[in-house]
Amino acid sequence: MAEQFISRGFKGRMRETDRALKERIPPGQYETKEFPVLSAGPTPRTSLERWDFSIYGEIAEDLKWTWGEFLKLPRETFTVDIHCVTKWSKLDTVWTGVAVDTLLEGVDLDAQPTVSYLMAFCDGGYTTNLPLADVRNGKAWVVYEYDGRPLAPEHGGPARLLVPHLYFWKSAKWVRGFKLVREDRPGFWETAGYHNHGDPWKEQRYEGD
Amino acid sequence: MAQQLKWQLGTVVEIREETPRAKSLILDLPDWTTHLAGQHVDVRLTAEDGYQAQRSYSIASPPEDTYLMITVDRIEGGEVSPYLTDELRVGDQVELRGPIGGYFVWDSRAEKNDGSPLFLAAGGSGIAPLMAMLRHRANAGNKVPTRLLYSSRSYEEIIYREELDRLSANDPSLHVIHTLTRQRPQNWTGYGRRIDLAMLADTAWPPAEKPLAFTCGPTALVEAVADYLLELGYEPGRIKTERFGPTGG
Repeated sequence: MAEQFISRGFKGRMRETDRALKERIPPGQYETKEFPVLSAGPTPRTSLERWDFSIYGEIAEDLKWTWGEFLKLPRETFTVDIHCVTKWSKLDTVWTGVAVDTLLEGVDLDAQPTVSYLMAFCDGGYTTNLPLADVRNGKAWVVYEYDGRPLAPEHGGPARLLVPHLYFWKSAKWVRGFKLVREDRPGFWETAGYHNHGDPWKEQRYEGD
Repeated sequence: MAQQLKWQLGTVVEIREETPRAKSLILDLPDWTTHLAGQHVDVRLTAEDGYQAQRSYSIASPPEDTYLMITVDRIEGGEVSPYLTDELRVGDQVELRGPIGGYFVWDSRAEKNDGSPLFLAAGGSGIAPLMAMLRHRANAGNKVPTRLLYSSRSYEEIIYREELDRLSANDPSLHVIHTLTRQRPQNWTGYGRRIDLAMLADTAWPPAEKPLAFTCGPTALVEAVADYLLELGYEPGRIKTERFGPTGG
């Protein structure tokens, strides 16, 4: 039924978009040049003196960096497309931050092969869950600059997770740490009706998709 | 795994002109399971060549209604909203799926035992999910003390104005406060500026009463309301936000 339905009189406008660009827009998404803000509660503001980033959980030794230490970690500047479950996609966004691979260097994951998930924790209480396979091998970063400038609080500053190949709610704002665990548990939106994995190319928006 | 939310065809049974820019579409859905006030639906439009566009719209009707209402603000140059407000006619069909979202919701049964007051702050068409809450509250006979602070550009652009008047006239536990940011009628005695700290200090419940706050509208309004409520001493976990971006069209 759904396949045959035509919205009478609807023409749409995305076909004016360049073909090469169109191939970078996942199904059901549209391109925006703006940078919309979405979050479930107030924007937390943590002073950089009190900010730290920790990795803990079912691992031998916890890791922790202060803001100053975090800035000294090897940084990468990279350009990616981002896709929000609320339907907008933004192409060629430029970020600077630390690869999750770099953060995980101090964790002997080979010694703990059953630890294969992480829960990202954030100021404000937000959480999101990810398989480690989705954040390793150059797939994810903790970023603190957007477009060459410090990341604004409403966009997740001082630092946010960035996992561009998944819907943007997985790129947790105001991130403060990872808990590495054996068992996958749903995070904030994942318990509120959204998909556990969130691959935009498979249109995994909501539970059951 | 949970069942997938299936696309279904709703039939437009009524179109209500709410303001010069906003229309409510009242839809008959063949297979609707009930929703919670505050949830949204995804609308999908398909062109003859198969091109599709999707957008999210808050549900404005309460769970008790037979039909589903969404209110669409016409965004100039938008792809979906001008179609919904200008092209769609009664009897046309539109594809949608839902209900979606389990956080920005208010259920009268869940709040009844709590008794803490409700503070709602809306900007423009951000009133839609809050209207679902107010309609649900009225239907359920829930008397939890409730205040709505509603910012509109002008008197003519107040969405659901008459219904809000009626709801508050019939219910002493509901108080509706308007602010008009651009144009005001000559005899207007209400607020005439954007929502600011002083306005919230005057209208929002004192934090000691453990209020639950919902705010929905453009990002700037929502950010301001959430920040000011924090400043007034509201608990961050009791301020729920939903933003209607300028690209929502």
